[in-house]
Parts: sequence; C-alpha cells; structure tokens
Amino acid sequence: MTTFADETTRVASWRLLLRNPVTVVSAVVLGVVVFVAVAATWITPFGVNDVDVPNALQPPSGDHWFGTDELGRDLLSRVLVATQASMRVAVVSVAFAVVVGVTVGVVAGYRGGWVDTVFMRIVDVMFAFPVLLLALAVVAILGPGTTTTILAIGIVYTPIFARVARASTLGVRVEPFVQMSRAMGTGNLYILGRHIVPNIAGPLVVQTSLSLAFAILSEAALSFLGLGIQPPQPSLGRMIFDSQGFVTMAWWMAVFPGAAIFVIVLAFNLVGDGLRDVLDPKQRTMIEARSKR
Amino acid sequence: MAFFTHPITRFIARRLLHSVVVLLGVLVLVFALVHVVPGDPVRIALGTRYTPEAYDALRSASGLDRPIVEQFFGYIGSALTGNLGVSFRNGDPVTLTLLERLPATVSLGLVGIVIALLIALPAGIWSALREGRASDAIVRVTSQFGVSIPDFWLGILLIAFFATTLGWLPTSGYRPLFDDPAGWLRHIVLPGLTVGLVAAAIMTRYVRSAVLEVASMGYVRTARSKGLTPRVVTFRHTVRNALVPVLTITGIQLATILGGVIVVEVVFAWPGLGRLVYNAVAARDYPVIQGAVLLIAALFLLINLIVDVLYAVVDPRIRLA
Amino acid sequence: MTDPILSVRDLRVRIGRREIVRDVGFDVHREQTLGIVGESGSGKSMTALSATGLLDTPGAVVDGSSTLAGSTQLVGASPRLLRSVHGGRIGFVFQDPGTSLNPLLTLERQITESLETHRKMTRRQANTRALELLEAVGLPDPQTRLRGYPHQLSGGQRQRVMIAIALACDPELLIADEPTTSLDVTTQAQIIELVRTLQRDFGAAVVWISHDLGVIGQVADDVTVLRDGQIVEQAPILDVFDEPQNSYTRELLHARPLVGRSQPAPAPHDAPVLLRVDGLDVRFPVTTPVGKSTVHAVKQLSFGVRRGTTLGLVGESGSGKSTVAGALTGLVEPDAGSAKLDGIDVFGVRGAAQKALRRRIGLVFQDPFSSLNPRVRVQTAVDEPLRVHRLARGARARQTRVAELLELVGLPTSFASRYPHELSGGQRQRVSIARALAAEPELLILDEATASLDVSVQAHVLDLLADLQRELGLTYLFIGHDLAVIQQMSHDVVVMRDGEAVEYRPAAELFADPEDDYTRALLAAVPPARPRAAV
Repeated sequence: MTTFADETTRVASWRLLLRNPVTVVSAVVLGVVVFVAVAATWITPFGVNDVDVPNALQPPSGDHWFGTDELGRDLLSRVLVATQASMRVAVVSVAFAVVVGVTVGVVAGYRGGWVDTVFMRIVDVMFAFPVLLLALAVVAILGPGTTTTILAIGIVYTPIFARVARASTLGVRVEPFVQMSRAMGTGNLYILGRHIVPNIAGPLVVQTSLSLAFAILSEAALSFLGLGIQPPQPSLGRMIFDSQGFVTMAWWMAVFPGAAIFVIVLAFNLVGDGLRDVLDPKQRTMIEARSKR
Repeated sequence: MAFFTHPITRFIARRLLHSVVVLLGVLVLVFALVHVVPGDPVRIALGTRYTPEAYDALRSASGLDRPIVEQFFGYIGSALTGNLGVSFRNGDPVTLTLLERLPATVSLGLVGIVIALLIALPAGIWSALREGRASDAIVRVTSQFGVSIPDFWLGILLIAFFATTLGWLPTSGYRPLFDDPAGWLRHIVLPGLTVGLVAAAIMTRYVRSAVLEVASMGYVRTARSKGLTPRVVTFRHTVRNALVPVLTITGIQLATILGGVIVVEVVFAWPGLGRLVYNAVAARDYPVIQGAVLLIAALFLLINLIVDVLYAVVDPRIRLA
Repeated sequence: MTDPILSVRDLRVRIGRREIVRDVGFDVHREQTLGIVGESGSGKSMTALSATGLLDTPGAVVDGSSTLAGSTQLVGASPRLLRSVHGGRIGFVFQDPGTSLNPLLTLERQITESLETHRKMTRRQANTRALELLEAVGLPDPQTRLRGYPHQLSGGQRQRVMIAIALACDPELLIADEPTTSLDVTTQAQIIELVRTLQRDFGAAVVWISHDLGVIGQVADDVTVLRDGQIVEQAPILDVFDEPQNSYTRELLHARPLVGRSQPAPAPHDAPVLLRVDGLDVRFPVTTPVGKSTVHAVKQLSFGVRRGTTLGLVGESGSGKSTVAGALTGLVEPDAGSAKLDGIDVFGVRGAAQKALRRRIGLVFQDPFSSLNPRVRVQTAVDEPLRVHRLARGARARQTRVAELLELVGLPTSFASRYPHELSGGQRQRVSIARALAAEPELLILDEATASLDVSVQAHVLDLLADLQRELGLTYLFIGHDLAVIQQMSHDVVVMRDGEAVEYRPAAELFADPEDDYTRALLAAVPPARPRAAV
C-alpha cells in the first residue's frame, strides 16, 4: 500500500537541507571555523607567544580585539591558533574512530555469529567506562600530549561508531533487496559495497557530526586538565584554566576561549541535527509534509 | 509461579550474567593498564624520588616483580576481596582512599541527576506535545545550547558570577551532609548546577524524542477515539509509556555523570573520586588509577543493572512474558 | 426508513494545497452497514476520520457537514463536544491490533476508561460491565483476561477487545477502519460474524472501510466506492455487484481473484519433476529478553514441482511457508531433509556448484518498497545477476539485456535510468521479476509476490507471470495466503498449517473436493463472489 511519502515527489536531500535556516546558518559558521582551522597561522595579527608584559590584561580594543592575557599576549591570535589545534585533534581522532569503528561494526553486523559476539563484548566493555575516564586512562599510559590526545579520543569514540554501524547493518541486512542478492549468489563484497554501506551512510554521517562536536569538548577538557595539548602550544581548554585566577578582573580571558568552543560545538550539533532530519526516513516524511505548506 | 522460572528472575539472571562478563573484561583491561605503559611504571611513578632502594621496595610492594600470570590472578583475587593495592605516591591503601572520596562524588552525582530530571522531564514532555510550534523550537534550541557548553567553562562562569562577584555562595569546597546540612547545601549548589544543567540539556532531547515516538503510536489514537480528556491521553497513555525508555536514559545519564564529574570536581576543588583520578593521572599513581577506574566502571554497571531490573518490573511484556 | 444516524454532505479535506477528499456525501442508517471501498490512496480512512472529527493530521482543513443523529454537527465542532461524542456515541475499531492497545494497561482498564468517562460509572460497575463486554465479543476465559495485557493475546483476540472497547458505551455508530485486513482469513470470517451479531444486539449503525470487495460483500448493505478522494459510485450492495455503473467499479470487481473463477493454462504433459523436497525440517532459535526458545517452523515437509508448472504453497501467517522459500534459497539453514533440483543436492552444494545452483533458482519477495535498493538505479539492480553469473560481457551488453528484460515484464526501457522511488508499487514488483529473470532461472520462487499490491495491479502482475510461464517454460513455487490467487496460478497445491502439510494434491481436485478439515475451513472463510445479501 502506498503511503503519503511515496506519493509526493521526492525532493533532493540537499534542497531540503537548505530549507532549514538554522542548518544553513550553522553550516556557514562551520565553514568559517574550517577556514580558521586551515588558515589560522597566516591570519593572526600577533604571534601567539609574543609576550608584552606592559600591555598585560588589556580589555578588548582596536588593537587587540579579544584583549590580552596576563602576559600581554594577544588573545585573538591565541584563540585562532588554538581553534586550529582543536579542530585538527577532533578531525583526526574522529576519522580514526570512524574507520575502525565502522569496519568493526559492519563486519560484526554482517557476519554475525561468534565474530559479532566477540566484537560486541569488547565494545560493551569499552562502553562500561565513562568517556573522559577512558581518555584519562589512555593518557595515564602514554603520557600527556597532542598525539596521546588524538589517540585517546579516537579510541574512546570508536565504540559508538561500531554500535551505530552494526545496528544499521543489521537493519539493512534483513531488507528483502539484500536477501534477494544473497539468494541470487552475489558475492559478499558486492553486497557490502553496493547494498549495505550506501544504505547505512545516513546514521553514520549524523553520528560523525555529533562526535566531532563531542571530540572538541573532550579535547578542551583534557587540555583544561593539563593532559592534552601542551604549552607553549595554545589550547582553548588550557586558556580557560589559566583564566581562573583572573576572571573578575579580566573577563575576556575566560569568555572568548569558552565562547569559541561553544560556537564550534553548537555549529556541529546543529548541522548534525539538520542532517538527521533529512537523512532519517521517519523524520524526513514529517519535514517534507511540513515544507509543503 | 516458581521463583527460578519466573520471567523476571530469568531476565535479571541474564542481565546479571552479562554484567559479570563485562566486569571481568573491565578487570582485565584495568590490570593491563599498568603493563601497557611504555617504559617502567614504577620508575615513572617515582620520578625524582628515585633511588635503587625505593625502586625495589615499591616494586615488590606492588607485586610487580612476580610473573605476569601470577600477578593477574593475584590482582583479581585481591580485588574481589576488596584489596586494591597501595598508592605509589603516599602508600595509603587504595580501597580506603576510594571509599573516603566516594560520598562526595555520589552526592554530586545525585544532586546533578535530580536537577536534570526536574528540568528535563517537564521541558521534554512539554516540548514534544507542542511539536512544531514556537515553544518546541525554543526548548530545542536551548537544549542544543546546553549540550554545547563545556562544563568546566560553565562552572568557572558560575563561580565568577555567584561566588566571587555576588558572594552568595562559596567558591569551592565540600561539607559532608550529615555533619553540616546547611553547609552541604551551600557548597553543592554551584557544582550541582554545573553538572545538572548540562545533563538536563542532554536529557531533554531524549525525553522529547521518547514522548514523540510514543505519541505516534496507535494506542494514543485509540485513547483519543474513546473521547478521553487531553490530560488523560497525555499522562495515562503518552507520558506513562514514554517513561519506560526515559528510565533507561536516566540510568545511562547518571552513570555518565559519575565518570564525567572529573572536570567539575577539579574546578570546584571537590574532594571526590574524579579529582582523585586526575591527581593520580598527573602523578602516574597507577594503583589508584586502576582502583578508581574499576570502581567507577563497577558503579556504572550496577546502575545499568538496577535500571534493567526496574524496567522488568514496570513493563508487563517482560514481567508476564 | 428512519432518519440516518450519520449524514455527511459535501465533505472536503485539504492538506496544504492538496485536496485529499472532495465532495463526499453519504448516509448511514440504524442497524445498517455502509461499506466504503477503495484502493490505497483513495482517501477512505481520511473520509471517515474527518467526518467524525477524529482527524489530527497537522495542517488538515475539513469543510462540509457531518450530522450525527440529525442534530449534532461534527465538522468544526468544539473539542469538548467531540470528546463527548467519541467513545460515547461513536465507537472506533482500527486496523492494526498490534499497536492499537496500550501495552502497559490491563485490558480491564482500557475498557473501563470510556465507561467512567461517558457513563460516569464507578470502578466496580465499570469492571462488571467490562466482563460482560469481553464475554459478548467471545473472548475465551474473559475473567482471567481482564487482569491481563494485550501482548498475551493473538491478533484476532486483540481485535475482539478493540470491538469491546468501541461498543462499551453502547454507541449509535461504529466506525471500523480495515478491521480485518491484518488478520488471517479464518479469523477475519469470525470477526465479520461477530460484528454482524453485535450490530444486531446493540442496534448500532456501522461504517466498514476496506480495500477488499469480498469483505465488503459480506458486511455491507450500501456501498460507496472512492477513488482519489472522490465518490465514483454509490448504491445498495446488490446494485453495485450486479450492475456497476462506473468503469472503475467494474474494473475492481473484475480484478478480484475469486475461488472457482480461473485456472492456469493446462500443464505440459508428462513434465518431469524439477524440484523434489523430502522431509524438510527447520527450527529457529528465538531470543527474547527472558531467554531462548525454539520455533519449529517447518515439520517434515515433502513435495515435488514438475517442470513448467506452478506449485501453490498456501497457508496463513505462522504456517511456515516463507521459511520454505528461505531454505531453498540458502537464506535459512535447514535442520533436516533434502531438496533436489534436477538431481542436484540443494542443501549440500558448496563453492562454484552452489553459485551455479543459485542462478537456477530465482526469488521474488512480497514488499515492493524494500525489494529494491533505494540507492541504485533500475539498470544496476536488474543487471546484478548478469554481473554475478557473467551472463553478459561489458556494459553495453548488459544494457541491451536489461532493456530486453524490462520489455519482457511490460515496462518501458526508459525506466532503466530511474530510481525505485520514481516507480509505483506494481512497477517495482515488475522490476523485481525482471531482476529474477535476468539470471535465466529454471525455478522461480514467488513469496507473497502480489500480496502488497492493489487488486487491479495484482491482476496485471498475475497475468504477466502466467504469460512468462507459457513463453519461457518457467516453473513456479507460488507462496501465498489468498486461496483464489493460488487457484488461479497453481497446478498443484500444498496446504500448510503450523509447519506441516495438511493436504497436497492437484489443484483441480483440492478445490473441487477438499479432504482435510482445515482446507475446508479455509475455503469456507474466503468471502464468496456474491454478496451475502444475494443469498
């Protein structure tokens, strides 16, 4: 029996995405952030470690848009470069998590049997640890630093991708078109590549966006604790930590780095939500129906 | 019905078995922690205090000079009897230290989850019932904001505003509940809010989607077709059925909070497990790290198990399978 | 004739800019049943829901008039008025018994809710009445069931409870929206009888919505035929069945598969057996939250299919018929038994021989919407067997072959570049058939292949399948639950129940003179060609 969704003409995903103003604005913001992440070192007005004690603790002004810190360093420059560092950590660690997690999840979901049980038990064990705790454990083993942070966050976020990939794979695997391919004698590789993976892309894209958001938060938390990106490299989390003694007299030291984190994470979250609305079939019917009015 | 074949018993037994298996996995991982360290953990832990005598003493005290298999079973054995070794830093028994710090973290966690529920339940339900309208959009955007805020930043801002500037509340520290209730309350407000507000934002979204999912179910339409008042349809049918998944989420959230309070405890100088772990990691105090990780993971599993049991009691599909 | 209980005039429903229902009007009288019939998308549910003020689709605008018992206007009525009418004066029964009952409330509570609201009964009075109602709807063991929950009942039993709830407050009108569509044919017959009896006892008017003309024939006194939201015909039942005025109505009547109306073309003489199944046995482990158990899906099944003929495998849900398809195509592991295709051991082959075997057995599933990968064009979907079995070299050769196949199934070759969502249900099923044929199989397994299609579309697809069998000498294993369709397609029939074959005979013999009681019950439950009123 046809449902309403099938009777309406189908609008391309991109266009539906563009109809949501919130998603569009967030995507633009993300675009700016990516630009900063790439070009930070070339656009900073001052050096990140240019100490200028006479000008310490200056409020935002024409020269220093974000003000200066307790050593007279320009906060805007530091925020820009720290953003670049955070984005790098987030992208690399999530990329790691996606590659490993999705592979494990798809294999487990498709093959089933003991492979599935073993992999999923391991994932269950990893899920028994709160995220930050597991990251700290990795740092405890390997020592603080940027590489460790990337590895820690990557390891910690792998299980969620494994679970999402597995759940989606299980769902697609029992679809009639996959069963018909198997009955036909089609090889597993073709089925995986042509039937399974393209149809699990939706939830994975959404999860990637959300995980990027959390990765930024996790990196900031680790840097705050002094266990992430190490000084003299500026990092947003550490800048907030350093601002603790000066909050009342130099509010800009705490506000700007924190706001930077907030804006980036919010943008990733909103884009992720927008993507979910478009890529999740249930949500999609509602959106399409609503946009017809 | 016979106890051993009763559906609830069987359900709990399966979940218990599952938790035990996972706990064993955790034990293995925790044990492996010390042995995966590149370099010599004892030497790293001693750092500048290194002397050959101190090295040997610490090494044999922690049992690291014995063969690895023996160490493994020894560790499991003592862990099960409550002995988690001694700290590399100050030689205190780990178990004792953990138990001293536990109440502070638990009170923070509970206060946090209570605040979260007080906000998330009404907001999530209300937002779901007004789906698509302006009030729904406001709730959704606000919860997005809440999810995107770094908790330590929120904590610092709250301290700056309420404690330092306005002077209403203390900037840090902890008072045990039973010694000084008023003090306990004053000290727990800001850290509790920090944890609770962020958790509220996360939970609001889950509550909202659970209610929306239930609202689209056939039995809600049946309820309306009986001419029941909107209030009855909402509460007896929609919300009540949504509470089942919400229960699961609350459990997960509480467990997540327990592990995530690390940063908040540091900001507020809160003498709990989180701050203990942080200090231990900074000092490479492995026995403490192992012990704390094990305890938190075990608490995590315990909470999830309790949630599963409540689930079985509340949902007749499991109770009377 | 007394005044109508419900009188609808100029009903119109709009969602956004689309008009879903237009210029609909009808009357329903006491102790009479109005049947509203139409295919999917005809707007029949919308009509009934909007006429009774229960429509809640966001953005829907309802115009027109709907008068209850001559005095109460329902269109545009206040929510308060509608609440007093819903449940109190109009009862509703919906299609899906699986989700229409609240899983967390006892059956008693779900019945007493409306009694307390509309009849102001105390809890004790309501409980007594609830027991009476459960007895009236024929629910076995009603006293115990009261304290029980929906998940403990079968689909048919849940529907009985829904009827009890709908009739609880003695309403003047009962709206039944596809109430038997999800049920087995035997259960369906029971529910139809039940509603008929209760209608007499309670003196209510009934609006029965269905896509199945056979069911309408059994229940209705008057019929309204809807198409694309408009009335195409409206007359007493005998007039509609015997002298339909509108061509669409005629088409619907003609497209209905009926027992005793058609048979397949005669089987080729002395055709050898292509597929022989012996003692097939399949068990499934089932994991629930409380533990593992086993379902014995197929028990010692044996049958043979001759080349160029069709074997119909018929049974209700849970009979195990689809499991047979799964076992033969390698999707399900059999626990015992053997199957030989042209002498080759189906369950035993491995490697290259297995792949060759897969080519010789084709498969078409029921649901047109999930039978095609939504991300892949028709061209790629249909040429998959060509690639897998290396039946065409190079892209150009594959393209040509796909075009041939599309023509074979009656589709324009331009469809090759389309995506599934650009095709209708019937068109998608044809693509699935084309794909199955691409491998040039000898045996084609059709697992409820037309069950999800509209009746008129189903008729065309069945004709296509018959033509293909004649032209290509195909052998079919046709799995289904609709006896009329099975009779139309099959030369031999196996009737399955609970995993066992209860009867296995040539179709002509089975339908003329069934031996087993179950087969007889199945045949008796099928709605006959002539409406009840004609008997």
